[in-house]
Amino acid sequence: MATLLQQLVNGLVLGGLIALIALGYTMVYGIIQLINFAHGEVFMVGGFASLATYSYVLPDSWKSDWWVALPLMAIGGALVAVILSVIVERFAYRPLRNAPRLAPLITALGVSVVLKEAVRLWYPGATAPVPFPRVFVDKQFTLEVFGGTVTIGSTALLMIAVSIIGAIALQTYITKSRMGRAMRATAQDPDTARLMGVNPNRTIVLTFVIGAALAGIAGVLYGIQITNVDTEVGFLYGIFAFTAAVLGGVGSIKGAVIGGFAIGIVKTLSGQYMWGGTQYDLVWIFVILIAVLVFRPQGLFGEPERVRA
Amino acid sequence: MRNQTVKAAVLVAGALLLAACGTNKEETGAGGGNQACDQSKGTLVIGVIAPQSGGLSALGLGIKNSAQLAADQANEKCAVKGYKLAVQTEDDQATAQVGAQAATRLSSNANVVGVVGTLNSSVAQSVQPILKGKNIVMVSPANTNPSLTRGAEYGTAPKRGFENYFRVCATDDLQGPFAAKYLVGKAGKKNIAIITDGKTYGKGLAAEFQKQAEKDGAKIAAQGTVGEKDTDFAGVIGTIKGSNPDAVYYGGEYPQAGPLSKQMKDAGLNIPVMGGDGIYDDKFIDLGGKEGDLATSVGAPTDTLPSAKAFVDAYNAKNYKDKFSAYGAFSYDATNAIIASLGKTLGDAGTWGDDKRADLIKNVGEYSAQGATGEIKFDQYGDSTNKLLTVYKVTAGKWAADETGTFGG
Repeated sequence: MATLLQQLVNGLVLGGLIALIALGYTMVYGIIQLINFAHGEVFMVGGFASLATYSYVLPDSWKSDWWVALPLMAIGGALVAVILSVIVERFAYRPLRNAPRLAPLITALGVSVVLKEAVRLWYPGATAPVPFPRVFVDKQFTLEVFGGTVTIGSTALLMIAVSIIGAIALQTYITKSRMGRAMRATAQDPDTARLMGVNPNRTIVLTFVIGAALAGIAGVLYGIQITNVDTEVGFLYGIFAFTAAVLGGVGSIKGAVIGGFAIGIVKTLSGQYMWGGTQYDLVWIFVILIAVLVFRPQGLFGEPERVRA
Repeated sequence: MRNQTVKAAVLVAGALLLAACGTNKEETGAGGGNQACDQSKGTLVIGVIAPQSGGLSALGLGIKNSAQLAADQANEKCAVKGYKLAVQTEDDQATAQVGAQAATRLSSNANVVGVVGTLNSSVAQSVQPILKGKNIVMVSPANTNPSLTRGAEYGTAPKRGFENYFRVCATDDLQGPFAAKYLVGKAGKKNIAIITDGKTYGKGLAAEFQKQAEKDGAKIAAQGTVGEKDTDFAGVIGTIKGSNPDAVYYGGEYPQAGPLSKQMKDAGLNIPVMGGDGIYDDKFIDLGGKEGDLATSVGAPTDTLPSAKAFVDAYNAKNYKDKFSAYGAFSYDATNAIIASLGKTLGDAGTWGDDKRADLIKNVGEYSAQGATGEIKFDQYGDSTNKLLTVYKVTAGKWAADETGTFGG
């Protein structure tokens, strides 16, 4: 029983990270129907950028206090991720706005390879995993339950908290704010939105900016939780997040978050209880994904296909 | 349209997962030329196959530089009459399939006399047959899986599979039990969990460890496997935590082992992690290896062995960007074995050609010299006769030698 609880907790922590990245996938898809495969790489770049902020920008005297260092690292990571994302949108995706859908999809794959190799070649030591400082309260909480113990670290709690707060804030912004309404309008019908005075390009860039900022923050959280960053993680977590977005229904914010947590929990529980153990835990994630797509192609919270005139 | 895009994306993602691929980099090191030597007959190439990128590159770069060092020294000493020696390094990215490509590329070059490598036993499995097809001698500084020399039935019916294959390090059927003796006997751990990465090296090593540990009276509390690309090990730690192990034996390499050790501590499992030569690298500690973690490695500690001092001094004098790491001295010895045998094969006036390959293999088999890691000599299977092993312990943030010896059953 304690093991089950521990694995649920592990799943929530992993799920929180996946959810933060999945939000970027789902928003970009919602507005321009592009599966932005480079988004996982933006997350990875965010991790490296926050590490660079720590190593090369912050003065030594600031590094000991996490409430100074961590927010600055998050800002550094998110800022670089946002700038990168805006550049990618401007030069790789915008010229293909009216091209067949497959063209931007393949472009996204290309961008993802470029970003990964660029970091690998240019960041010092990035050909191998680079150690990441645990710039947060390094404390473990252990609970006695059902004759066993469940342990959760402070960084893990932070991860869950940030992902949930991030999703709620995003949902509020999109439903309540003026820019959020513009986003929804552009998603529904970009041409009509333009006639109503919405600038679609500005709205689309803002969508990329929000997604990238969340991915950048996810990069910092990943770093302090796992205590290293590697150029490979962008691809791996990008696939997790993409799967979460599809599972929850691409375009839906609630879906991305629930999809993320579902994938985290499926991964840890199947590693514990299913055949093959942790070696085959990824298999079960995709089994679930396929099952959902067969019976509910639009995902758990997605809207069914609208036919556009 | 919308669903089609999602479907296409799912397909693409699946295809990518299947073939997560990278790029090959080619680097040709130029040997330090000494004009006093006669090099009129051209350049002969010693191939190096080892990871130059990715998680294990710290080990692979040490192998490359040390081979380069041996070739440079040979050029200065005119070790091979009439020829200049060059090192051609191929990045195998620690994967068997890329290693096979590298081996194919090297074996298509008639000037490649021999190959130093590989680092990973799993890569060696795919490289061996390709090099054998061209009769190219291969000396590994680091493969420790016993089946590479003595076949799958190495314990009961050893049979040499590849007469072109040699190695200068001790094997896992010695290393695993040596670790078990230490962990169960000396450290007194009786309830041990085993985690592996599921690869040839890690699984083989852990199986040898388990046999001896059970013989010595320890209980294997739990078993787990981690994925090769995994970075979050909370799941596998959760599966072993319930059995309250007092130590973890990890069959695999440091890119996973370091974070694993750290995450175990985070999960409230503050027990030592022990592994083989695959985790014996400073990077293990950088990535989260904690005080008291243990590793066995082949040979005696490089820094203390008198025969190694000349190597260490020469390596440091070259100012390579990377450390020589766990296998530098072995790579140096392996390269020297090939060079010395090549010198013997060609003699004073010989000309290199494919007809010389069989002689070269024979001469490597008979090679015997005092190397940086001790005596370098091969038995009838191509294994090193040097069976020395050392247990290292993380002490004050560094690997420190704890016990050196041989495994005596």
